[in-house]
Amino acid sequence: MQDPRISDVLIIGGGLAGERCAIEAAACGLSVTILSLVPPRRSHSCAAQGGMQAALANCVMAEGDSPDVHFLDTVRGSDWGADQEVVRMFVDEAPVAVRELAHYGVPWTRVRPGPNTYIIKGKKVVLHEPEDKAGLLMHRDFGGTAKWRTCYAAAGTGHAVLYAVDSEVIRLGIDVFDRMEAVSLIHDDDRCLGAVARCLRTGNHQSWLAKATIIATGGFGRIYGQYTTNATINEGMGAAIALATGIVPLANMEAIQFHPTALSPSGILVTEGCRGDGGYLLDKDMRRFMVELEPEKQELASRDVVSRHMATVMREGKGIETPFGPHLWLDLRHLGAEHLTTKLREVVEICRDFAAIDPVCDLIPVRPTQHYSMGGIRVNKDGEAYGMRGLFAAGEAACWDMHGFNRLGGNSLAETIVAGRIVGRRVAEFASGQTLKLDTGLARHFLEKARSQAQDWLDRTGDGPSVYALRDRMARIMIGKVGIFRNGTELAEAVSELRECLAAVDSARLRSHAPGMNPELTFALRLEGMLRLALIAAQGALARTESRGAHMRTDYPRRDDANWLKRTLAWWRPDVGDADIGYEPVGLLDLPPGHRGYGVADWIKLPISTDQYNHDVAAAQARAGRLQTAQPFGAQINWGAWKPAAQTGPAKLSAQGKPE
Amino acid sequence: MNTGKRESRTLKFEIFRYNPAAPERQPKMQVFELDEAPYMSLFLALNIIREEQDPSLQFDFACRSAVCGSCGMLVNGRPTLACKTLTAQLPERIVLQPLPNFQLIGDLSVDTGQWFRGMSEKVAAWIENREPFDPEAGEAPMSDDQATEIYERDRCIECGCCIAACGVAGVHADFLGAAGLNRVARFMADPRDDRDQSHWFEVVASDKGVFGCLGLMACDDICPKQLPLREVYAYLRRRMLSTALSD
Repeated sequence: MQDPRISDVLIIGGGLAGERCAIEAAACGLSVTILSLVPPRRSHSCAAQGGMQAALANCVMAEGDSPDVHFLDTVRGSDWGADQEVVRMFVDEAPVAVRELAHYGVPWTRVRPGPNTYIIKGKKVVLHEPEDKAGLLMHRDFGGTAKWRTCYAAAGTGHAVLYAVDSEVIRLGIDVFDRMEAVSLIHDDDRCLGAVARCLRTGNHQSWLAKATIIATGGFGRIYGQYTTNATINEGMGAAIALATGIVPLANMEAIQFHPTALSPSGILVTEGCRGDGGYLLDKDMRRFMVELEPEKQELASRDVVSRHMATVMREGKGIETPFGPHLWLDLRHLGAEHLTTKLREVVEICRDFAAIDPVCDLIPVRPTQHYSMGGIRVNKDGEAYGMRGLFAAGEAACWDMHGFNRLGGNSLAETIVAGRIVGRRVAEFASGQTLKLDTGLARHFLEKARSQAQDWLDRTGDGPSVYALRDRMARIMIGKVGIFRNGTELAEAVSELRECLAAVDSARLRSHAPGMNPELTFALRLEGMLRLALIAAQGALARTESRGAHMRTDYPRRDDANWLKRTLAWWRPDVGDADIGYEPVGLLDLPPGHRGYGVADWIKLPISTDQYNHDVAAAQARAGRLQTAQPFGAQINWGAWKPAAQTGPAKLSAQGKPE
Repeated sequence: MNTGKRESRTLKFEIFRYNPAAPERQPKMQVFELDEAPYMSLFLALNIIREEQDPSLQFDFACRSAVCGSCGMLVNGRPTLACKTLTAQLPERIVLQPLPNFQLIGDLSVDTGQWFRGMSEKVAAWIENREPFDPEAGEAPMSDDQATEIYERDRCIECGCCIAACGVAGVHADFLGAAGLNRVARFMADPRDDRDQSHWFEVVASDKGVFGCLGLMACDDICPKQLPLREVYAYLRRRMLSTALSD
């Protein structure tokens, strides 16, 4: 292949966020290239099961829903860590985004008019779906939401959406290079010019120059080794190469979600749709502990809250003990065979294939497991990275930041598509106004650097630790000391041990010198980046002396809005081999901090008014590196629009089984 | 569960080895021994072999939960997804080979991605819809039964097992195979797609399509997602016949 290759827009990552950006840019007539670790349809987006939140209000239990209610749920779910302007942009665009996916061919589950039987808070209820909504997109209940809002295609929503979006990418003739891993960005002091990639077929390096580069590589759950629901490919290399610039910060890396129901012991995800559709969590005595612990939301409190209760129940000895550690039960038997084999059929398949059980008659062994990275590459509302023109990020790889310290189920698939639309549009505008900076010297510099890094591994001799041993040590540190419950002592140990691991990378050795892609070398090239992400997550968690969303400090159990209503930023300092940690305000406050409606009701209050808080936000974020956006700062907040929605509250069932 | 209860076994893996980057070394079968563990899947076993015995071993996994379609391979001669194959289901001798009928990348890794992109381009596997999307309009209604029918055909994960098992695909590179024809059937069933019967007749009513099938139906036997591929062939043949007769 020629080197460098040239494209208007270069997209790193072929999952939903990257592909949806690609469609937007290609539709504007730009040349677009996607680099992907795997064929796009094998991206981890395909494993999303439950659905995509969009306030269409199509079924009875969604009556009264609106983007305003979605806004309230998302900000409360985030424990006020989210950027509320971004949440507003997201909730307003989500309904259009799901309808567009229907246009692309997603076989969304539809409203069946007439009597429908649902399980709601443990009761069987018959509700009549009205004729005038027949055939519109159906919703299911998900955790932390006041209304049924999650649109779905059985329990294979991610698969259905990814195939539909990828079929658009193919229709538009967008170039996809699969088995092509971006290993560094090509950049100068403030401008990104493309990326260097390593071919996972041949091991050869290749550089690309582009007017705009988008990182959409997903999460980094694999810093927890096997203790994650994430695919093996979710090693966070997109975030790692952004961090390696020394200019772009990663944000809120300590905000790590544990999903309540991963299959034990394999760690494979069992969708929240199971609880949304009426499934129970049981302890070893067959007790529905969530009914007592969260009377209002029961099994459908937010994921951080449910995971914590589950971990506590297991610590109290109420879990089922196994050689692989304790688990609890997910009970779906009362949903019936017909519902399970249609609306949750992927769950039935996973249970059959990986645990040899049948949810129609068996209990499912589950335990909380690392699932989602709320943090990532810090970008402004246009998706443009702090400090670097021409570099964008979208989806789980980015901290855009609509999830704050806890993401709601159904909001991640939705983010990939909504951010794909919004960031893709901004990228198209940006790239259309730029001329390509053809700095082939700079491209060659980064290309040679990447080649010599690979050669350095191959040239090492002697008897140092294996790269897999270092990875396993990192995983044990992360799950043991940066897990669901955290404390200062263990976090300090984690930081110091991760620094040791990082120092040990230099002495690590390959066992294989096979020519070509060499799988051991391929992993070795990721190891240092993964350890940096892990270290920053641990450092951020140690510094944050409060509990917010998924970040739970047993030594600081309250949310502290007086000191910590802010976002962690971390820059890598290549010269010192360590991170600088800084902070910025979370963003403009429209919904003032308050009680989430579930979980702990006690917190340290913001000592100033929201107006006073909001006064300095723009300047403080600009100092942290936020670049100017197409729309002015704060222009997309719809001030106070949530107020009427806050009066109505969640849909409640009357004694007759009808919503009040 | 039928795992781990029996006496512990030492598994003997025979794995196909060939690295195209080292063409001077002939393809061969290499033997690895591994102590079986409870709940051991081929995903776990292959990773242990790579990390502890031969770090040059190439294979593909991503989701390791049988939804991404990366890990198709021949397990004792039968194409299947390695991630959901538990060693407890297998004899002590486990022979692993790459899927045939695809370009070999190395060892157990094959290029299914390029094959499927090519197939999608050939049959235009997308919604062909002349109306542009209207962001202001509500979604067009569709009955839930119809959505379910499309979803059933949309469930293929493009793992390539049916193509590897196909008696025709091995000798006829243009044959769309079960995965390709299932993809066509998926779009034929979709009312949002504007293409009519005569269009689809051109795509599938030939020896590249539904009439190239010899009827061995290995695809239907081995599909890891248990898609009703035999029914898909029957459906397409009926539709093609009715199109031919109506002209």
